[in-house]
Amino acid sequence: MLRNTKVMNRFDLTQRLVAKLKDEAVVGGIGFSNFDLWASSGGQRLENFYMLGSMGLAVPIALGVAIAQPQRKVFALEGDGSLLMQLGCLTTVAAQAPKNLAIIVWDNGMYAITGGQATPAAQAGTDIVAIARGAGIAQSAWASDEAEFEALVDQSLAGDGPWLIAARIDSERAVKQTPRDPVLHRQRFMQGMGVRGA
Amino acid sequence: MVDTTTKTWHGIVLDVLKRNEVRLVTYVPDNVLRPVIDGAHADPYFTAFAAAREEEAVGIVSGAWMAGMRGIVLMQTSGFATLPNVLASLACACQIPLLMMVSERGTLGEFNLGQALVCRTMRPVLDALGVEHHTIKRLDETEFIVDRTIRQAIGTQAPACLILSPLLTGGKVLS
Ligand SMILES: Cc1ncc(C[n+]2csc(CCOP(=O)(O)OP(=O)(O)O)c2C)c(N)n1
Repeated sequence: MLRNTKVMNRFDLTQRLVAKLKDEAVVGGIGFSNFDLWASSGGQRLENFYMLGSMGLAVPIALGVAIAQPQRKVFALEGDGSLLMQLGCLTTVAAQAPKNLAIIVWDNGMYAITGGQATPAAQAGTDIVAIARGAGIAQSAWASDEAEFEALVDQSLAGDGPWLIAARIDSERAVKQTPRDPVLHRQRFMQGMGVRGA
Repeated sequence: MVDTTTKTWHGIVLDVLKRNEVRLVTYVPDNVLRPVIDGAHADPYFTAFAAAREEEAVGIVSGAWMAGMRGIVLMQTSGFATLPNVLASLACACQIPLLMMVSERGTLGEFNLGQALVCRTMRPVLDALGVEHHTIKRLDETEFIVDRTIRQAIGTQAPACLILSPLLTGGKVLS
């Protein structure tokens, strides 16, 4: 499974995801995950939250959003290194079983933003999808290529989750950087969630 | 005002959470917090569940607040000690009124040296980050402190921490 998946590109896949979205929330994890989300959205989508320094917390933040707004689909975009830091959250997601949550894991096997050091999981040949299934997220799958990634996103948009989609990606750095303005991101996201007026 | 002659501290806490529409209760358990946790689970008003780690619970409650649902994280002193990074980078940096309730171990009869030591880091961390905190010692002050702390956190969009002293809860002693 893991061995047969194509090595794709995070910016390309993030653009494919964003192109399918309407009012879904997206929480971008630390570093390149949210940088490419910013670039893919032209900095425009109010429904995106750009998480700037809390490594590993994209999934918990997205779970909180999903619990607060069960009618809205919520995506968490997380790097493999970040997910490794907070693996327990997969069990929390499985236990709460939010129908409206989809987790996307960008697996480049490394901590790219800090210099490309291999993660222990890459060295060990750990299968993140197997971990997620073992944690109790039954609908967890590797996207074997771009077409399957899109098909899995379509499924998660149409059906009940929780879902986990993992994609092997190359070591490319993000194309742009997200502005480092946490209050602005929080404020805009709350507007996007309909909690605050424009 | 709640009737403090018949009320327990945990009964007051649950009442005040409800009155302030704090519905989401996430926690990593602690023995002293048990009645709050049990009470939240027993009352359908609350969505209550355990997270695997306190940081995760902070992420969940912060995400929920941004999407319109108020919540609180319950933990023990040792759990608080895992939080400085998420407090700085998420709650403080984004101005999120993250509510925390910490059952205080490490003082007034502690038997575990590690708890006694880690307890000493809690208030310095809160002070360093400028996070409002109050230690609740008396039953008759519980309602006022909890209620006003929640309101101020929300009104000023700032995280806040309520520390439950063994003077209030009885704490935990070696049996
Ligand atoms: C708690 C914590 N530890 C370490 C760091 C430093 N750090 C920032 S990003 C990062 C790597 C993130 O790796 P991954 O999620 O795989 O994303 P990638 O860089 O590969 O896109 C590290 C180690 C941090 N910000 N916070």
